[in-house]
Amino acid sequence: MNRLLLNKIVITLSTLAALMGISFLLWILVTLSIRGYHSIDWHIFTTDLVNNGLRNVIIGQFILAGIATVIGVPVGMMAGIYLREYGINSKFAMIVRNLSDVMMSAPSIVIGIFVYGIFVVPFGGFNGWAGVIALAILMIPIVVSTTDSMLSLVPQELREAGIALGASKAQVIYKIVLSAAKIGLITGVLLAFARVIGETAPLLFTSANNNFFSFGLSNQYPSLTVSIYHLALFPSQTSQNLAWAGSAILTLLVLFINLITRFIFKPRKQK
Amino acid sequence: MLFNRFFRGLSHTSAWLVLTILFAIIIVLFHYSKSAIGDFGFFHFITNSKWIVGNDGNGGNFGGLIPILGTFLSSLIAMVFAIPIAMGIAIFLTEIAPEFLKAPVGIAVELLAAIPSIIYGMWGLFYFGPLLQSWFGGQSNSLLTAGVVLGIMVIPFMAALSRDAMNTTPSVLVESAYSMGATRYEVIKDIVFPFAKKGIIGSVILSLGRALGETMAVAFLIGGVFRFPDSLTSATISIPVLIANNFGEAGNLQLSAMFYMALILFIISFFTITIAKFYFLRKTD
Amino acid sequence: MKLAIQTKDFSFTYPKTKEATLKGINIPIYANKVTALIGPSGCGKSTLLRSCNRIHDVYPGNSYDGEILLYDNNGEKAENILQYKKENDLINLRQRIGMIFQKPTPFPMSIKDNITYGLKLSGIKNKTELLDRTEIALKGAALWEEVKDRLNNSAMGLSGGQQQRLCIARAVALKPQVLLFDEPTSALDPISTASIEELISELKNELTVLIVTHNMQQASRISDYTGFMYLGDLVEYNVTETIFLNPKEKKTEDYITGRFG
Repeated sequence: MNRLLLNKIVITLSTLAALMGISFLLWILVTLSIRGYHSIDWHIFTTDLVNNGLRNVIIGQFILAGIATVIGVPVGMMAGIYLREYGINSKFAMIVRNLSDVMMSAPSIVIGIFVYGIFVVPFGGFNGWAGVIALAILMIPIVVSTTDSMLSLVPQELREAGIALGASKAQVIYKIVLSAAKIGLITGVLLAFARVIGETAPLLFTSANNNFFSFGLSNQYPSLTVSIYHLALFPSQTSQNLAWAGSAILTLLVLFINLITRFIFKPRKQK
Repeated sequence: MLFNRFFRGLSHTSAWLVLTILFAIIIVLFHYSKSAIGDFGFFHFITNSKWIVGNDGNGGNFGGLIPILGTFLSSLIAMVFAIPIAMGIAIFLTEIAPEFLKAPVGIAVELLAAIPSIIYGMWGLFYFGPLLQSWFGGQSNSLLTAGVVLGIMVIPFMAALSRDAMNTTPSVLVESAYSMGATRYEVIKDIVFPFAKKGIIGSVILSLGRALGETMAVAFLIGGVFRFPDSLTSATISIPVLIANNFGEAGNLQLSAMFYMALILFIISFFTITIAKFYFLRKTD
Repeated sequence: MKLAIQTKDFSFTYPKTKEATLKGINIPIYANKVTALIGPSGCGKSTLLRSCNRIHDVYPGNSYDGEILLYDNNGEKAENILQYKKENDLINLRQRIGMIFQKPTPFPMSIKDNITYGLKLSGIKNKTELLDRTEIALKGAALWEEVKDRLNNSAMGLSGGQQQRLCIARAVALKPQVLLFDEPTSALDPISTASIEELISELKNELTVLIVTHNMQQASRISDYTGFMYLGDLVEYNVTETIFLNPKEKKTEDYITGRFG
């Protein structure tokens, strides 16, 4: 076949593929906007699920994801620091790094029922803490990985300069390296948060859901994602509209966080 | 000095914690699967196509054949759909797009990746599924719908990783090929692809690993019916969906059977992802 | 003449390497003088320099042989710094022997915080004292006039030459006995290079300088003593003038005249 023709075909097909990708995105966003627009009003934000509002589940999702972040980020970051700062040549670090990466892609429902096994069964029922733990477990490998990469971008001379002034290793890491990688690390945390706030499967059998507003994590706990799941499958127009409202709000939130990290927290390439 | 030791100890402990969580998952899954493993063994379990709860709600006859099949088939369909499109997007982003388009298209791909899976489920359930049904007949919640939407979900991930792999091709090689008069297709075929081959294959396998474990979108779309699919457009079930649908009211043996299924799923995806990582992504630290 | 450092049969092997990178080096570093180490790439000059503040120890697995003696301020009592094992000893060593790197390494903090970083590490907390010593250090690095009204600005906003002078000020603030320079001007433009060379010549009044450079003209301009190294050996060491005008070894002469390296 003519070389130029083959080339043109490939270029056209690739461009079509890109167009297809973009059109799926647009289709989904448009659908969400239209269905969301018709279903969202002030009522949604001021009443709880029991009264066909989403207030308690939105706040609940934030609380679950927020506490999971408070637990997961320090653990993930410290582990990432170990991998990049202390464990450079150690086999242990290599094993942890690889297994953590594997856990990043592991099925989230498995994490959910794992937590069911240790935090729901022994405690006699669904509870918010179990949901928090499940989300934290999901978050940790992500934070480990981004911390590891961001720290690797800090030039080695900066560490040596700190040591040459008489700083101890921990001081160099804490005051110099983490400062230098600050923007990248925050980006990693935000992205992990955005990922975790959209998760449903790990919450299904841990915190389940709650129709009422609550701060009590020792009982079933309200979440937006699980609500959408149940509402969508319930055969009533009201429920399904509410599910769309929730979907639109959730997507807006997640995309917003992603865009922030892109435009405001652009990780600076170290020279 | 105390700070020094404390800091180091803390980070060392955190690294161990990560490892411990992984082992804990395997141990807990095994623990709860014990009665199912005891009653059904392995080969019998994966070839048994029944899922019947016992009359007293506690015992029963449970086999994993249909959900395992559903998981594999839906993921397979996802791959068949996703690979050409993801490759096309990766090629577009690396060799074809003019500079001003690279960023917007790149952002679009990242946004697609960020959309939570339950949203894909909603969109698929109410819009995309019925569309496929109007084209291909059968059910709107079917193996096909689940597979295609799964594919759409996996495209951004595969495209991004493949693009990164392709970008590692040294520009000197690419430029010298162009300066010899090669067409873009030829540069991609003869220079970029061979160089990026490992990374691309790795991204495909990694995407497969993700697809195997996906729950919410598939839960909305595959139909959730415990039977063999007679055709692509009939409803069936996958492992995550089985768990999602039945976990709540499960009696002891059924619960154990579901943990058993989760264990099998975990091991399958663990191996898939590990293969992707070790043999093809070859990350140099 | 007062000694600041003296190496005795000093050998150094990098981790997992069979052959030693430095073979039995004996070199005196005289106090309040500038000593330069020159030689082709791979000759070991940076390795020798970096041994003096034990910064190799950041990367475990090295082996040392022989001694590196660090004398006190009177040039009398000496300690073998290779014997230091405890982290505290190494920290004290590095506050006595400072180092300036090839690429300027400003910390991601304000100019003031860069200088006070090392001071705070050595235990100085009094705000007035910190400010005073910051001013002295910046003046000593000929940077004060340029930055005195923007001490709280980020150090990353300085030019390359200014950043390097900041690093020198940072090291000088600790009042070290010796300063090690590892090709300090190779990443800088000629004007910045000239100002740093001038700075080094002034600094030797206060402390001792050991500088590694691949720029022979630089070595001949600023140093009092020069050591020529080749493949891990100290081939020749003498007063700078002699090395450049009347080298005794053929290899030295070949290098100086540009026949290799």
